Amino acid sequence: MTLAAATNENLASISNTLIYSAMAVYTLAFFAYIAEWLLGSRSKVGRTAAALTAPAAAQGPAVTARKNGGTTVLERPQVVVRSAAGARDVPDGPGAHGGDEQGDMYGRIAISLTVLAFLVELGGVVARAASVERAPWGNMYEFNITFSTVAVGVYLGLLALKKNVRWLGLFLITSVLLDLGLAVTVLYTASDQLVPALHSYWLYIHVSTAIFCGAVFYVGAVATILYLFKDAYENKLATGGKPGKFANSVLDRLPASASLDKFAYRVNAAVFPLWTFTIIAGAIWAGDAWGRYWGWDPKETWSFITWVAYACYLHARATAGWKGRKAAYLALLAFGCWLFNYYGVNIFVSGKHSYAGV
Amino acid sequence: MSKSTVGAAPGETPTAPGEPTAATEEPTAATEETTSATEETTSATGEQDFGAADSQLSTAPVESLSSTPGLGVTGWARWYWRQLTSMRVALLLLLLLALGAIPGSLIPQTGNDATKVADFQQRHTTLAPVYDKLGLFHVYSSVWFSAIYILLFVSLIGCIVPRTWQFVGQLRSRPPGAPRRLTRLPAYTTWRTDAEPEQVREAALVLLKRRRFRAHLAGDAVAAEKGYLREVGNLVFHIALIVMLTAFAWGQLFKTEGNKLVVEGDGFSNTLISYDDFKSGTLFDTGDLTPFSFVLNKFTGTYEESGPNKGTARTYQAAITYSVGAYGKDRKTLVKVNHPLEIGDSKVYLTAHGYAPLVTVRDGKGNVVYHDAVPLLPLDSNVTSSGVIKVYDGYRNAQGVSEQLGIMATLLPTYTPGNETTSTFPSLRNPVLNLTPYHGDLGVNSGIPQSVYQLDTAHMKGFKDSDKLQLRDNLKPGETMTLPNGAGSVTYEGTQEWANFQVTQQPASGWALGGAIAAIFGLAGSLFLQRRRVWVRAVKGDDGVTVVEMAGLGRSESAKVPEELGDLAGILYDRVPSPPDPDTPDTPRTPEPSASFEPEAVPAEAEGAEK
Ligand code: HEM
Repeated sequence: MTLAAATNENLASISNTLIYSAMAVYTLAFFAYIAEWLLGSRSKVGRTAAALTAPAAAQGPAVTARKNGGTTVLERPQVVVRSAAGARDVPDGPGAHGGDEQGDMYGRIAISLTVLAFLVELGGVVARAASVERAPWGNMYEFNITFSTVAVGVYLGLLALKKNVRWLGLFLITSVLLDLGLAVTVLYTASDQLVPALHSYWLYIHVSTAIFCGAVFYVGAVATILYLFKDAYENKLATGGKPGKFANSVLDRLPASASLDKFAYRVNAAVFPLWTFTIIAGAIWAGDAWGRYWGWDPKETWSFITWVAYACYLHARATAGWKGRKAAYLALLAFGCWLFNYYGVNIFVSGKHSYAGV
Repeated sequence: MSKSTVGAAPGETPTAPGEPTAATEEPTAATEETTSATEETTSATGEQDFGAADSQLSTAPVESLSSTPGLGVTGWARWYWRQLTSMRVALLLLLLLALGAIPGSLIPQTGNDATKVADFQQRHTTLAPVYDKLGLFHVYSSVWFSAIYILLFVSLIGCIVPRTWQFVGQLRSRPPGAPRRLTRLPAYTTWRTDAEPEQVREAALVLLKRRRFRAHLAGDAVAAEKGYLREVGNLVFHIALIVMLTAFAWGQLFKTEGNKLVVEGDGFSNTLISYDDFKSGTLFDTGDLTPFSFVLNKFTGTYEESGPNKGTARTYQAAITYSVGAYGKDRKTLVKVNHPLEIGDSKVYLTAHGYAPLVTVRDGKGNVVYHDAVPLLPLDSNVTSSGVIKVYDGYRNAQGVSEQLGIMATLLPTYTPGNETTSTFPSLRNPVLNLTPYHGDLGVNSGIPQSVYQLDTAHMKGFKDSDKLQLRDNLKPGETMTLPNGAGSVTYEGTQEWANFQVTQQPASGWALGGAIAAIFGLAGSLFLQRRRVWVRAVKGDDGVTVVEMAGLGRSESAKVPEELGDLAGILYDRVPSPPDPDTPDTPRTPEPSASFEPEAVPAEAEGAEK
């Protein structure tokens, strides 16, 4: 074996070690998130219930104070914000820690651990790329590790932008652990070669945007599911129902259903153009590699189905009678299509895109 | 609402959350403090409230599915048309399109892999005819799939045309005047100032226009609107869809796709008969083939020599000399994987390559009966290749009887002792040709089409070696295998390479690409831009002090609207500040904040992008 090969073997095993270490750290983060949720359950505020059952006159509209720009001594006019007509005005929950100080501390620990795990995993992905001397997107194992890295990256990015997304943590890390678990057991593929059709700079463009879109769609799907739960919870409260203790404890701490809905919509809508671009980039690549830009290959077909499903969702939101829960179901359906395109088509359906490596 | 009810005291928005739509007139007067601030406002804007304020803020069709058809044929026709072009039906058609695309991805399709379809039909004798009837083996050209997208197409056109007119109308009219009660709008602010109302309105007009709002003075208030590009984007997107769909359909109808395997030194000219296989769209005419021809001079494949990627192709390239038209000049070029040669509407792709051993067959008398390069099919990534040398005529056996020969051939480009059946590297490091000769009848006259790469041994006998076993031998280049009992010989002269070229012609692909790019930009405009309105009202209060009210309304609820309003209010406030009298409350009392955001987090520049 030549020296170069030995280096590559080395890098590959370093990559594996890093991925396993990342999993270990994610597991720690997972427990910290759990601790945050458990400790947070000590607070029994019941904000949602209060907002929905208190006499209407007691609630003021949401208000934002605008601080003065610095030069004027006088207070500037303040903007009063009203929620949309007919919408429930429920305040956002405080997050997993529920205002509990200890819970908040565990939450912060969890985020720090997530950052650490993210860096370790990123190292693993980079080492893998170095070992195979190409982008680490040649088979499903590599997709999975890149995918979870990007999903966590998106989450941390949103946190860094001071968006209210801390509540996502536990759900995200749970699925990241599942994703990585699948990657290292079922999907593991030793570093190997790329089929010649994958040699193109379109690989970098098309596949990287596809992975990114998937990660963002995933975040959108999690928010959508939580929206459905929270919405049902608020409905129950508003109609005088008594949700269970667990539901009360968990859902009360989540953002209001309207906020979750809006968040999910923004996330999905924001990547939809990118997903459109991904498909078009794929078509251009297929045009160069296979001699036709569109051939209804199963992978292409399912990308198209996913795209149409998300278009349905966007249409539903603009259509009377389809807003809210119905639109949310469409969003989940669309994400289901995305998932099937990834796992289902790669594993069960054979086509030109055969790089599953399983 | 009666004229006696007026805007609540600033900040003391009286309406309870959860109250029905603001557009609904509701007698909440009891909870409102009465000031005179908005007493005269209604005159300017008529009786409009929120309802008119958000009219025409988009061009989305209004849902009217419940309406029953009018009388007569035209009534019904109009009703159907309205159904077809409604958002709800568009939504359902989109869902159907997604659903309809599914079976084609799970059931083998003739267009992708005809052999798989045949295989499926053999294995599922009851299911296959049903599938066939339903067009499930060619879903994307089936009647029902076409019906879905043609309906969608019609719906799309029926949607775009009126929306475009409506939008043009909106562009030519002015933003609607301020609603009577600005406090009901999603974002609201107010303050009192010494300045005259006219001064405030003038300042507001200047400010809003500078911020690229379309603004005008309507009565006691300035009405302004921005973000029309959103609608433009949306229309561009939907029109681009039509362009893409048309281009795609056009391409399907007129496309051609053919394959030709060319051995080094051989040529190809773009006519129907030159192809090994050829498919075309229904409207294609042979005269549409771009006239050109080329000769394959040399194929070069290089591979990674070591490391984990050992054997991975590094370059595949075909050096060709081509000419366009009947008397075109000869030009040399390289065709590579992912880099087709484009001639007019046609593209020439390099899709596969392999080896073609040069073989000479002699009969018992030593006459050359066959001398050709035989293309073999690669079987694995190390290009272990197999095929058949078929000698159809000219060969006579030792007895002088005319016979046919079929010689199964396996080539290992890199033979490593111990690895007898597979090559260990893709390039010609140590080529070995393994031959298994048969004689008899090749069966070409049976009428069943035969693969040139397979040997039907039903009517053939193998040559036997001295042990009465099937004769088989490994040859190196230059070596000769002698057939037993003076039956002749086979010589492996050397190895050439072949390349497979796919020639496709897909007209209108430029249109498809243009449509796709326009669609992305349109979509981005449609999803990232906000269309919103701002009103600034300035009137004298009872005490003679000017009250300024500002309100903002977006098409959808967005944090950007209040942020922008705050920004604008801040600037306007600096120009027309509140009276210095400390006793006058110049800011609204603030109820318990239940939600907060920091306008500072969003740079004011963000709006600059949203024209
Ligand atoms: C070929 C199928 C279609 C696709 C893929 C498609 C896709 C989309 C997408 C992705 C959006 C989201 C942009 C946004 O929210 O602003 C949108 C918006 C819209 N579409 Fe379509 N569309 C299709 C057909 C139609 C048809 C047939 C109609 C007419 C009924 C229509 C009417 C609209 C309208 C009015 C909007 C704007 C909604 C709004 O203002 O929020 N679309 N479409």
